[in-house]
Amino acid sequence: MSAVTHTDPAEHGAHPPLPHVRKVAMWAFLGSECLFFGTLISTFLLYRNRTGDGPTAAEIFDIPFTSISSFILLMSSLTMVLAHYASERKDWRRMRVWLLATALLGMTFLAGQVFEFTEFVHEGLTVTTSPFGSAFFVMTSFHGAHVAVGVILLLATAFMSFGGKLRADGGMNVELVALYWHFVDIVWIVIFTVVYLLQV
Amino acid sequence: MSEETQMASTDHTAHRGGAWGWITSTDHKKIGILYGVSAIMFFLIGGVEALLIRTQLALPNGDVLSADAYNQMFTMHATTMVFLVVMPAAAAFTNYFLPLLLGARDVAFPRLNALSYWIFFFGGLFLTISFFVGGAPDGGWFGYAPLSTQVSEVVRMDYWALGLLILGLASVLSAINFITTVFTMRAPGMTLMRMPVFAWMAFVVAFLLLFSLPIITVGLFQVFLDRNLGTLFFSAAGGGDPVLWQHLFWLFGHPEVYVLILPAMGIVSEVLPVFSGKPLFGRSFVIFSGIAIGFMGFGVWAHHMFTSGLGPVAEAAFALTTMFIGVPTGVKIFNWLGTLWGGSIRFKTPMLFSLGFIAMFVIGGLSGVTHSIVPADTQQHDTYYVVAHFHYVLFGGAIFGLFAGVYYWWPKITGRLLHEGWGKLHFWTMLIGFNLTFAPMHVLGLAGMPRRTYRYPEGLGFEFWNFVATVGSYLIAVSILVFLWNWWRSRHHGEVAGNDPWNGRTLEWTIPSPPPHYNFATVPTVHSEDSFWHDKYREDEAGNAVPVAAAPTTTAAEEDIHMPSPSYYPALTGFGMFIALMGFVYLPVGLVAVAAGLMVTMWGLFGWAMEPLTREPHE
Ligand code: HEM
Ligand SMILES: [Cu+2]
Repeated sequence: MSAVTHTDPAEHGAHPPLPHVRKVAMWAFLGSECLFFGTLISTFLLYRNRTGDGPTAAEIFDIPFTSISSFILLMSSLTMVLAHYASERKDWRRMRVWLLATALLGMTFLAGQVFEFTEFVHEGLTVTTSPFGSAFFVMTSFHGAHVAVGVILLLATAFMSFGGKLRADGGMNVELVALYWHFVDIVWIVIFTVVYLLQV
Repeated sequence: MSEETQMASTDHTAHRGGAWGWITSTDHKKIGILYGVSAIMFFLIGGVEALLIRTQLALPNGDVLSADAYNQMFTMHATTMVFLVVMPAAAAFTNYFLPLLLGARDVAFPRLNALSYWIFFFGGLFLTISFFVGGAPDGGWFGYAPLSTQVSEVVRMDYWALGLLILGLASVLSAINFITTVFTMRAPGMTLMRMPVFAWMAFVVAFLLLFSLPIITVGLFQVFLDRNLGTLFFSAAGGGDPVLWQHLFWLFGHPEVYVLILPAMGIVSEVLPVFSGKPLFGRSFVIFSGIAIGFMGFGVWAHHMFTSGLGPVAEAAFALTTMFIGVPTGVKIFNWLGTLWGGSIRFKTPMLFSLGFIAMFVIGGLSGVTHSIVPADTQQHDTYYVVAHFHYVLFGGAIFGLFAGVYYWWPKITGRLLHEGWGKLHFWTMLIGFNLTFAPMHVLGLAGMPRRTYRYPEGLGFEFWNFVATVGSYLIAVSILVFLWNWWRSRHHGEVAGNDPWNGRTLEWTIPSPPPHYNFATVPTVHSEDSFWHDKYREDEAGNAVPVAAAPTTTAAEEDIHMPSPSYYPALTGFGMFIALMGFVYLPVGLVAVAAGLMVTMWGLFGWAMEPLTREPHE
């Protein structure tokens, strides 16, 4: 993501107004990500009952706990919207506050995931216990890694706005991070519904 | 016209020559050349592997390769040809010509483009290095579990899984780049339907890559984790399911077939009209059938798995979809024939390769249709019949099409023509060698010779045709030498090409050869499909093309041309990934290399993010 370089169509006086380059690229990237998570979730669905001698989903999932951390992540989409809104009104101070709030919620979610993982390991589920374990941990870890990348992006955007780097093109950057963040959020909603709620 | 416009503006961007200039280049044309040269290098490597295979099989009970070496050879031959030759060769043309065909100055993200190349380059290096450290992958290019997770001891299939992962990353990045380029960088007036067919096919390919690679990426992660962490995705003993791998692989693998063939179809669709002196017949049908192939490519994957026991309903469904996907391909072939019909045909080398493409591809397509019939497929499966089929498609199709592109666009890239006589010699030796090699494989396959076995006993009737095939493969090697010689001699003795040596129809022929750094001094305005052609000719009442009195000149108001400045961060980032990959193969000892590699990668990405995009235009 830090890799965004661009040739703004506006720079070529001759170009008609075209959809903004980086936004198109982000949509394409997210399209690709849909297939990535789709494959992980399909693998999980195939293996959800293949628990071997290990614990089953019903035995280990703690739905109330995961519901709370899902709610936290959901709220972070709200703060993200507020950050985006503030950036459009060039209210940099508010924007930073909401960006940091979003990052904080994201980190809380990650902490919850770490806690959940250690619990599961205690109860005897690891990546090598059963296909169920392998599929579960790999899928949720990839999602966690995406949240972590999102947190880094949020923090980087917030700090860059101090140096004034964002000012010229700020709305766009926040908008891109927002697109990514909402996507990661939506993926979690799908995982939570399909993987957790349908299991028990 | 272009002399004038060229003088009208000067190139403001610092140019650097030499190796450093290539390493730091962010110019899509230089990156295209890098892709092309790398593809040819790997083509030679993959070719030597093929020759070793064929030499081993020339006589019964062959003794050139051990069974182990043979397994490495066919795995690496196929992996190299698919991922390190045909895909990057197509990427070479797309990189070089997509912006030119669209009337743009560069791709949307020049440095990202450089990164894609360097990741590909180091990925290819990583795969090839395996021969010298620990042994090359030996589980087949399709890596079927449990072959990929067990058979090869130690690290071999780790090279394969990680190598394909990183090559996939390179392709996804360039797919995003090309999609964005098409959506946002077209010259004024260049509507989607006015886009040249090659640009269209590259566009469809980008979508195929974008949506199919994530699937295999997940699968490759799972293979790697099964091998190194002890996960149970494909371990039947642990409750996993090896057939899942087959689904993931072919959900990617079938679209991949079109990734390999569509660029060649695009090239042929550019070449045929130019050398027939007619517009492409049924242009929009060619485009829409390309799109249809893109969609349908995702719906037929399980025809590779008829022998895996999917059950009759699934098999019938996939047999049907597979027969349907022949339709848009058939449409294209009729359009090409329609373009030839009544044209004033010039049999130049690019044209010969295009005609060779059509003929060979039709043969490959017909033997392919026989696979969609489930009972027939169970007979042919894993025999040399299949080897014959996919070489007619991938070599007779993709490689012939790509060579058509090489001869067609060479003068634009280098400013000099390749020699027609040597070119024709190249074509005919290759065509004859190709058919000598692969036509007999149909016979061998139907006679029951299995593929991927390193020797066959005497007395089964396999001797004669195997010997013929081996002779043919050496003839192919000769044809490649002819090509290399032609390339070498054209550097100084090739005829100087001028802007428009073929009387072309598309925008790249409006600018000098080789094109200046900024491509178009003035961004062109497009009024129709075949716009450049209509600048040169108009139709009289009888429908004949009449030259327009004076070629129209675009008034060259000097534009400020901002070009991206060179950067070594993409290459550095790719290099960091390479170090990390080497570390991953040799876990846990390699952890040091993993850490070091990731640090270099971060350094590259960070430097990149902080670096200004362009230098000041006026110094
Ligand atoms: C120089 C000419 C070539 C020759 C002589 C040649 C020869 C062969 C032979 C003999 C095999 C069978 C290996 C076996 O079953 O044991 C093979 C496999 C294969 N080749 Fe080629 N090949 C050539 C070019 C190409 C090209 C241009 C491509 C693709 C773009 C290609 C793709 C493949 C693939 C995918 C396999 C399957 C390997 C497997 O069975 O797993 N080959 N080739
Ligand atoms: Cu297929």
